[in-house]
Amino acid sequence: MCSIDGGLLDFKNLDRLADGDTAIHRLDPRAKVLATLFFVISVVSCGKYELTMLFPFFLFPVFMITLGNIPFLYLVKKIAVVIPFAVMIGMLNPLFDRQVLLHVGTLGITGGWISFASIVVRAVLTVSAALALVAVTGFPGICAALERLGMPQPFAVQLLFLYRYIFVLAEEGGQMARARELRTFGSRGRGIGTYGSLIGHLLLRTWMRAERIHMAMLARGFSGVFHTRRQFRFGAGEAVFLVGWGAFFITVRLVPVAHLLGALAGF
Amino acid sequence: MHMADALLSPAVGGTMWAVSAGSIAYCSAKVRKELDDRKVPLMGVLGAFLFAAQMINFTIPATGSSGHLGGGLLLAILLGPYAAFLTISSVLMVQALFFADGGLLALGCNIFNMGFIPAFLVYPLVYKKISGPAPGRRRLIAATMISAIIGLQLGPLGVVLETAFSGISALPFSTFALLMQPIHLAIGVVEGAATVAIISFVHKARPEIIQEALGVRPVTQRPLRTVLVSFVVAALLTGGILSWFASKNPDGLEWAIAKVTGAEELKGPEEGLHAAMTSFQKKTAFLPDYSFKSATVRTKSNTADNLGTSVSGFVGGLMTLVIVFLSGFLLKRRIWSA
Repeated sequence: MCSIDGGLLDFKNLDRLADGDTAIHRLDPRAKVLATLFFVISVVSCGKYELTMLFPFFLFPVFMITLGNIPFLYLVKKIAVVIPFAVMIGMLNPLFDRQVLLHVGTLGITGGWISFASIVVRAVLTVSAALALVAVTGFPGICAALERLGMPQPFAVQLLFLYRYIFVLAEEGGQMARARELRTFGSRGRGIGTYGSLIGHLLLRTWMRAERIHMAMLARGFSGVFHTRRQFRFGAGEAVFLVGWGAFFITVRLVPVAHLLGALAGF
Repeated sequence: MHMADALLSPAVGGTMWAVSAGSIAYCSAKVRKELDDRKVPLMGVLGAFLFAAQMINFTIPATGSSGHLGGGLLLAILLGPYAAFLTISSVLMVQALFFADGGLLALGCNIFNMGFIPAFLVYPLVYKKISGPAPGRRRLIAATMISAIIGLQLGPLGVVLETAFSGISALPFSTFALLMQPIHLAIGVVEGAATVAIISFVHKARPEIIQEALGVRPVTQRPLRTVLVSFVVAALLTGGILSWFASKNPDGLEWAIAKVTGAEELKGPEEGLHAAMTSFQKKTAFLPDYSFKSATVRTKSNTADNLGTSVSGFVGGLMTLVIVFLSGFLLKRRIWSA
């Protein structure tokens, strides 16, 4: 997130993918949200040494991404940005957990390295599932799903307002930040003071804008509810999707698929 | 300070989800009942503001690194705790979904650490106590600064506790705490300075905003405090008990499934890689090539078996990955040709 405009552009791109019209896009958002949550919980519930158990889970994000026709490399780049955090925390595992759990040839592999690898794999899995969910559902779709799943209405309205104004305000923030960059030389004008008044001005502009927007909305009969154009229905397709993936997650979580596969291949 | 899913156990993540979801429901009811309807769109736009503000990175003096505003305290000062909590939760949710900044399961933890703590612990118990009902400039600055520093000590403490309870990272509690707390002391000072700068700017340019935010707060100190205390106690209790329970039984999902199906024991874990690895590790001590020459024929054959299974685990793992990605590739081909 080094430049505001860059971050914003990225944001727009991810959401624009939700305009696609594939079978995955057409599913009721509730099915996708629930399946993703179930996926995350299943992945996270694997023990910290159960590395190979995590591998079959890749099928879910791969399925969503391919059937949803999402550019694969684009998501890989986005995932690569967040992984360093997991690496940073997991990096210390090999230092603290030096118990040798496995020998490959003469090389002893410690529990720390295995749990480190499993942290990184988990991070890749959960992050890719979340990004894939947005890419095939879109933010308004997710909000609608959450509201129909019982999220309180003021919070749903809050989320949608936030979403609508992020672009407007981040663009204004971007303009201000660029203006500041063009007027600063070296480290001049980069201190807290400038930052404070910069954000203060952004805040005041925002505040006044909010008042104007609200009056305009009231004038058009806003009553606290957002209406969406697309109506979703939880039908047979959604049930199959949800039950199918649920069964898959439970199976993969309980049966060591990778292990059996290796045994089958004669190792 | 955003936590990732990879470091959390389902018990801890689920508990914090429950706490945060409960707070969201409570705050939604409060906002709907008590605040004038002008506040709701304002919250949305202010959330967007915080989002934009977080993108403007500032240089942290003398460290060469940069940081951005957390904003929990700032919004609590401007909007009051309920509206601020909802606003921050919504910002964190968008960050989790679009930037994968903090995971979906970790969302509960993140909302608690960066929303609940500043809005319901620091704001009423520290900020309001220092600032009083009609603060002057100096008082306002002191209250903001101290609150920011305390908030940025409590938040990371939450991260450390949640990570320790989950037990995925091998980092010992004390080491992690010693890493986190001092760094966040520095960040807290910067956050405090930035918040002070913004608040005093607003105070100077439009003093009525801060006054209004303080005035709009209904004087319901006592109910807030009881709710707050009960939330914290519930969080600590359930968090503590659940994670203690979970650490005795590492497989939370399996436990849940066993409860649902009524089966007392599922065979799964004993055959998993984990079990294979531990039993393998137990046996390696008796490998004939090592110092124990008294290894019997029986353990020898066991060793060979276990070596076989663990290798099959890894080979199978690789095969699984190949199959998964190949299936994705084939699906893609089919779509293109169709």
